Amino acid sequence: MDILVCIKRVPDIAGTVTLNAAGTDIDESGLGHTMSSHEECAIELAIQTAAATGGAVTVLTLGPAEAVEQLRAAVAVGAHDGILVESADPGAFGPEGIAQILGDVVRDRAEQGQSFDLVLTGSDAADTGDFQVGIRLAYDLGYPVLTNIQTLSPGGEAGGPEASVGSNDGGAAAARIEARGIGPSGTEIFALDLPAVVAVQEGGVDPRYPSITGRMKAKRAPIVEYDAPEPGAGNPRIRLELPPEKTRSVTILGDGPDAAPALVDVLEEIGVIRP
Amino acid sequence: MASIPAQASVVVIGAGIVGNSLVHHLAELGWTDIVQVDKGPLPNPGGSTGHASNFIFPVDHSREITDLTLDSVRQYKDLEVFTESGGFEVARTEERMEELRRRIASARAWGIESHLVTPAEVVEKVPFLDPSVILGAFWSPGVGVVDSVRAGTMMRESAQSKGALTVAANTEVTGIDVENGQVTRVHTSKGEIATERVLVACGVWSPRIAAMAGAAIPLTPAVHQMISVGPVPQLAERPGEISFPIVRDMDTFCYERQHGSDMEIGSYAHRAILHDPDEIPSIEAAKLSPTEMPFTDEDFDPQLEQALELMPEVLSNPEVEIRYAINGLLSLTPDGAPILGESPEVRGLWSAAAVWVKEGPGVGRAVAEWMTNGLPEIDVQGADIARFHSHQRTREHVRARTSEAFNKTYGIVHPGEQWASDRNVRLSPMHSLHDDLGAVFFEAGGWERPQWYESNAPLLEEFGEAVMARTNEWDSRWWSPIINAEHLALRRRAGLIDLSSFVILDISGPTALDAVQRVALAQMDVAVGRVVYTPVLDEAGGFRSDLTIMRLAHDRFRVVTGAAHGMVDRKWFADRLPDSGAEIADLTSAYTTIGLWGPRARDILSQVTTADVSHEGFGFGTCRTIQVGSLEVLASRISYVGDLGWELYVPIESGAKLWDMLTEAGAEHGLAPVGLGVYSTTGRIEKGYRAFGAELDSERTVVEVGMSRPKVKAQDFEGRAAHLRHRDEDPETVLCSLTVDDHTSASGEKRYMLGGEPIVSPDGEPLIDGHGHPAYVTSAGSAPSLGKHVLMAFLPPAEAVLGNRLAVVYMEERYPVTVAAVDATPLFDPENANIRR
Repeated sequence: MDILVCIKRVPDIAGTVTLNAAGTDIDESGLGHTMSSHEECAIELAIQTAAATGGAVTVLTLGPAEAVEQLRAAVAVGAHDGILVESADPGAFGPEGIAQILGDVVRDRAEQGQSFDLVLTGSDAADTGDFQVGIRLAYDLGYPVLTNIQTLSPGGEAGGPEASVGSNDGGAAAARIEARGIGPSGTEIFALDLPAVVAVQEGGVDPRYPSITGRMKAKRAPIVEYDAPEPGAGNPRIRLELPPEKTRSVTILGDGPDAAPALVDVLEEIGVIRP
Repeated sequence: MASIPAQASVVVIGAGIVGNSLVHHLAELGWTDIVQVDKGPLPNPGGSTGHASNFIFPVDHSREITDLTLDSVRQYKDLEVFTESGGFEVARTEERMEELRRRIASARAWGIESHLVTPAEVVEKVPFLDPSVILGAFWSPGVGVVDSVRAGTMMRESAQSKGALTVAANTEVTGIDVENGQVTRVHTSKGEIATERVLVACGVWSPRIAAMAGAAIPLTPAVHQMISVGPVPQLAERPGEISFPIVRDMDTFCYERQHGSDMEIGSYAHRAILHDPDEIPSIEAAKLSPTEMPFTDEDFDPQLEQALELMPEVLSNPEVEIRYAINGLLSLTPDGAPILGESPEVRGLWSAAAVWVKEGPGVGRAVAEWMTNGLPEIDVQGADIARFHSHQRTREHVRARTSEAFNKTYGIVHPGEQWASDRNVRLSPMHSLHDDLGAVFFEAGGWERPQWYESNAPLLEEFGEAVMARTNEWDSRWWSPIINAEHLALRRRAGLIDLSSFVILDISGPTALDAVQRVALAQMDVAVGRVVYTPVLDEAGGFRSDLTIMRLAHDRFRVVTGAAHGMVDRKWFADRLPDSGAEIADLTSAYTTIGLWGPRARDILSQVTTADVSHEGFGFGTCRTIQVGSLEVLASRISYVGDLGWELYVPIESGAKLWDMLTEAGAEHGLAPVGLGVYSTTGRIEKGYRAFGAELDSERTVVEVGMSRPKVKAQDFEGRAAHLRHRDEDPETVLCSLTVDDHTSASGEKRYMLGGEPIVSPDGEPLIDGHGHPAYVTSAGSAPSLGKHVLMAFLPPAEAVLGNRLAVVYMEERYPVTVAAVDATPLFDPENANIRR
């Protein structure tokens, strides 16, 4: 089973966020770059699923030239190759535009002889949090889609799952996978006909770290490059605003043994000890 | 929230290994009311100490740095945070094996156990290393790892337990007030502290803090990449943090260091990645700590392949994962030395920056001693913050030199090696003339100085064998036999030397005599027109400098000193000026100096002046202004090359004119332009002249270097009491000149030592002096007049006997040497007849 994983290069933010002088974007100086943890899990799922079925994993990103680092990071943990759709200003595309670009690439790859049985995305990107691209991409490709999925297993029960999505008309022998995710009322288990799009939620698998040999392979991995089209007028972002700083206050409970009763109250209140 | 003290005897900024060691040693020395601030949390506030790889290889080519490291190891051991692992420096090339032989020499010279070993011996201790990729290794059994955060915590707490220290963590310094050139107050995020002393020990942030006071700490934060991989089954088999020796893969500029079941791989091979202190993220914005910057994979990729070559068995395991990878920040300085001492720009602003974990506790002790009584036990003058000339404090200079030096961290650096970057900063007025003569320029203090002139190549034929040509590439790198030919031309006829790099300090005013008298060992109450060579001592009687002072008027003295140490000398005099009535002016850029020496010097000078320059009319050790053509020239009859002649001082714009006149007049006398190769090595070494930084330092006395004078002046001067005491004591060590008796190596090639080599007994036993130092070569050079290669070395007094046969170890071979002088008696012209003719 050949799998495509769509990822996005984002600044690696841990603590406070600073904005650039114009307030239009995050100040990335001193920051590294990464992808969302949903996408890291999607890659891990793809690697495991491909390994179990004898397929390959390709990673795809729409981003600046530097986004090739994220593609190679994916190869370092086990993906086979990468596709970079280069855009100097990827932020100018909304979810719909991105889905369309990704759809075009999937179709073009198919014409080039590289087709994918399964397309994975993260539930949402780490920076914009739109939760849309996976669904819009499925619509664009005419594929069924699942969201909030945490694990995948090849095969799955044909015919009688708890819920079934998608129907490849006339695809009698079509491949299927079983997908599980957390729904509002517990674990949801789906059987999904392929090809399909799955938006992955973190939590089902532990993404691996790269090995040294993996990293060396990544350096040499083939990367196919496309140029992104010019962004349309769209609905541009005007600026960002930081939320007001949280004020922290310190309450001094007392000094020495006198503070003990107050301390006990707090410990009870936060559940460390029982009344 | 606890407030901080309103007053402090000293505010120490930084709670890394250096700041923590400092507060400990200050408290040990009796300081109280110390306040230590750090903007980060404790015990790891987020600086370079927190991510250091924490291993210590004791051997460095610098003796002082080695001594600081050894002192640090002792302190770490006392704190029980040192784990001895042993360490290998492995060589993949024959060139590196040669360097390892030099490392062995340094180790032996500084008294540290080490051995050259075979690949098989490496594998005995590191079974997962592939012996086929190495030729051999340097084994240093004393290598170990430390817990620098824990050591720092213990040292900080020891100062707190004495009641001497208040610690303010999570407290950011926001400003430093300076009034009349003196620190008065530190502003922090938690309040103000009135203080007269601020000690900047905050590593990569130090320049930013110093700038708040209007001073420079010229270092740059630079990236050292490190990754940690694991779990490695071979490492996990043995308990504890470290049970395999550390391996430095010298040719790839990398190291592999066990850390529990992980292997850390660090690199000095990547491009120099420099940051500005203001670019370092805040604690809040940093993903890890502020000095653990985001890893840039592509810079490290080549090192992964090399590490894999060396340790394929552990590193090709797909289960061994890269779990931690950082662009760790550390501090680099333009000359590689730490930055210690009180800023020459602001009184009370002290620096202890650009210090590695391996030197941290030793530096803490040295700087604490320095702050307490001005007398660090280990000589740290090479690291004095006052050493920088103004251009060396600029961002561009720091970035240029550190970029160039970064890949030399594990590099093979020749002792004569010159910088390639940021050259041609200070040019003498004769520069283009030198250029036309094919001068090969070496740099000192930014000045471009001819080391020798290719135009003098024809002299090689004239002097033949006497130029003592060298065949070995290393021995002759950054060297030319033309230096020796120029030397012989000067001794036989005359030489002209451009000494524009001299630092010239005029001290003037009604109390000028007092100003120099209290600093100089020599009598300065001399007649106007006298030139005096004098040691400058510290309170303990150790050398702070040696220089010459001319008395130009009843109230004016001119101090002349070298480029390398001149800025430190300037601060030394400035700090000791009387309260009023004397001022110091740096006239380095106002005057150029041309040296004219040799038996024909008088003939040449008298051709261009009508002044009386006869021996009777212009005696040795005097100076006066004479007219040379249309120039007024201050002529000073002294010599550092040991021959008849003068230093000639003219305004810098007239230097070329003077040079031209002398060259023209000298033509018929065979005058040759002569480079600094003669002035700084061959000329002085056959005359037994000592050099500051080589023979003269704060750890040896005037008596030990053989420079006592018959009488000590009655007037007080710094170090007088100690000097008087030393004169009554037997010396612990004696500075000797030795000649090499046979240069022939086992291969038959003649080898020439360059300095730093151990001196041993004929059968190879170390010679340890009363200070506990093994004997080593402090200076080495040709003495072309004698046809000998001369070495200077401090020997135990019992060995300092004329004619004593010893040996020098060079590249792991012993060469016979003979003690030729046990004091300052020159080997060439011992009566000094040439100078006084």
